[in-house]
Amino acid sequence: MRLLIRNARLVDGTGELGTADVLVEEGRIASLAGGDAERVLDAGGRFLAPALTDPHVHLRTPGQETKEDLATGLAAAARGGYGAVVAMPNTDPVVQEPEQVRALLDEARTLSSARLLVAAALTENQEGRRLTPAALLARAGAALLTDDGRTNEDAGVLARGLVYAAAAGLAVAVHAEDAGLRAGGVMNDGPLAAELGLSGNPPEAEAARIARDLEVLRYAVRKAAALGHAPRLYVQHVSTARGAALIAAARAEGLPVTGEVTPHHLTLTEEVWRGFDARFKVAPPLRAASDVEALIGALERGELSAIGTDHAPHTAAEKERDLENAPFGMPSLEVAFPLLYTELVEKRGLPLAVLIECMTSGPRAALGLAPARLAEGAPADLMLFDPAAQRTVDPARFVSKARYSPWAGRELVGWPRLTLVAGREVWRDAALA
Amino acid sequence: MGALTHLLDFAGWERAQAESLLETARMMEEVLERPMKKVPALKGFTVATVFFEPSTRTKISFELAARRMSADVVGFTGAGSSLAKGESFKDTLLTLQAMALDAYVIRAPVAGMAHQAARWLEGAVVNAGDGRRAHPTQALLDAYTLLDDLETLEGRKVAIVGDVAHSRVARSNAELLPLLGAEVWAAGPAGLLPERLPGARLTTDLDEALEDADAVMVLRLQRERMDEGALPSLREYVAEYQVTEARLARAKPDAPLLHPGPMNRDVELEGTLADGPRSRVERQVRAGEAVRMAVLYHLLVGRAA
Repeated sequence: MRLLIRNARLVDGTGELGTADVLVEEGRIASLAGGDAERVLDAGGRFLAPALTDPHVHLRTPGQETKEDLATGLAAAARGGYGAVVAMPNTDPVVQEPEQVRALLDEARTLSSARLLVAAALTENQEGRRLTPAALLARAGAALLTDDGRTNEDAGVLARGLVYAAAAGLAVAVHAEDAGLRAGGVMNDGPLAAELGLSGNPPEAEAARIARDLEVLRYAVRKAAALGHAPRLYVQHVSTARGAALIAAARAEGLPVTGEVTPHHLTLTEEVWRGFDARFKVAPPLRAASDVEALIGALERGELSAIGTDHAPHTAAEKERDLENAPFGMPSLEVAFPLLYTELVEKRGLPLAVLIECMTSGPRAALGLAPARLAEGAPADLMLFDPAAQRTVDPARFVSKARYSPWAGRELVGWPRLTLVAGREVWRDAALA
Repeated sequence: MGALTHLLDFAGWERAQAESLLETARMMEEVLERPMKKVPALKGFTVATVFFEPSTRTKISFELAARRMSADVVGFTGAGSSLAKGESFKDTLLTLQAMALDAYVIRAPVAGMAHQAARWLEGAVVNAGDGRRAHPTQALLDAYTLLDDLETLEGRKVAIVGDVAHSRVARSNAELLPLLGAEVWAAGPAGLLPERLPGARLTTDLDEALEDADAVMVLRLQRERMDEGALPSLREYVAEYQVTEARLARAKPDAPLLHPGPMNRDVELEGTLADGPRSRVERQVRAGEAVRMAVLYHLLVGRAA
């Protein structure tokens, strides 16, 4: 069946491409110049972009389905304009066997929702000691290897992991925080933590580990070069100015590293802790305003090239514990795009194409996937959003099981209206006729 | 000045508010001097003491304060370890709330728990110490004790000595005493000083802090700080920071000596000083009862008005 999306304002990571009629056929963009179709949808001048790719989400399956499951997590993704998400392996049990990867992919295919990409553990039980079978995991369909949620303490294990993953064609993602410096920190370490009497997790804990990991990458690249393999490092949720600067310098030097930044680190500062609310408890913690500025600047200059939500749902009861015992993480798949569109594009003048690039092709490049472009022949993974659509964030309306949000009550614009995966509608807002 | 709805810390407080509360405490202390130490002020109100961290003196002090004013009192003591499981904290509070209580005196091991409780509960919340964050009634009783000796805190120099970084007592005093006009100095080893303590001047030089001080407040040293690496050695601490007769000579003659208790004799404080004429340790305990009576009175009667 052919679908014609008429009167759409096209935008992808290369810029705004003007208004066009997009013909979708057999899961692909057949034409940007219109054509006959069985179904016609009038975009009414709204923006049509490639569907977003989230390189970093926690869908909690298997084992923690009270927090989230594949159905709710992928539906939340589709609602947020995402065509694909990468699910982290820190589940219970940890995803580290080829059979587990296949089972997850099989289940996701039955859901007719956003595409699932599976990250498998880099080491057994994410303990940082014995490597998982990278080649077998890749063959089973794993898209990434990572011990996300745990930091890789042993540099030698990480180095060998990078080399083996490279042979299997996979990147390695890291949660970069020095465990000793981070200690039991609840919020960003600094004058405010001292004032509030809360334990601090210092920005240097991130910078110290990123600096080490970049040296480990340098070593792995040298070791793998002789074999013709190219290790790739993906640094998750960069939260500090210093961490961003280290990655920028490494990229300038040609090291194959990608830095990711989250919507919360781009839009919230440590000041929210004055309210003593565990909704804001994330790892790495929300930082100072100067760090937020630096992260936005790094996105603008292309030094950080991926935005991942680190969508980390928990139950409300868990988040209502005291600040030390409440878990780290917040849900954000359903609000990430309008949040960033409102705060970065509308309010701060970040070029829309930069935002789109960092939410589509940037993460895809890190994963070794082709860029997401609005071009004839490209997969029809598309997202329609309305820059004028204003709505208040209301967690009660989330399809994610995590019905709390640090942005509850925030007025945002740029809400997604439609998400297509391979030309198939996986989400449509009731407001879209 | 609006009525007090909770006592979590002194954020947003005005000097008049603190002075009015201390004035009420004076009246309450008169009650404690009568043969029959009971007034009907809070008859019909029920106060809960909810302690997620062990504490004997603070709990007794609050319970007596409530009873002296004819309030009914119920006590809850929860183990800190059950908090890790998470369900107990909010559920405990909501269960208590269902029993139609009017005020909740909360002692908690983690900063911010009193604030969280105030969000969830309809009654008045009194922070009886939350983690290393705040202990406002301790600061009020310290101010009350200081006023006995100094008459006014305007322009007075108060030196706080010891583990300032982990002390909710220091944090609350640094909020309250400057509000009443005092200049607060906080001295301790580098690993036990916070990066920032609004209201206080921080120094690692004990002599500088004690120089011409009008009053000295010594904090309890927790021995586990050594295991955390915040303090390299107890021997060094005693040598460099123990408040001794000789060091105290730098302060004004007769400067009162306060300690929130319980004391490690001959660690943070020279043993003879603890029992000497400058010690106000017992006076602080009596003041604590009067101050807590005043706090409960302001919260419950002020709120009902």
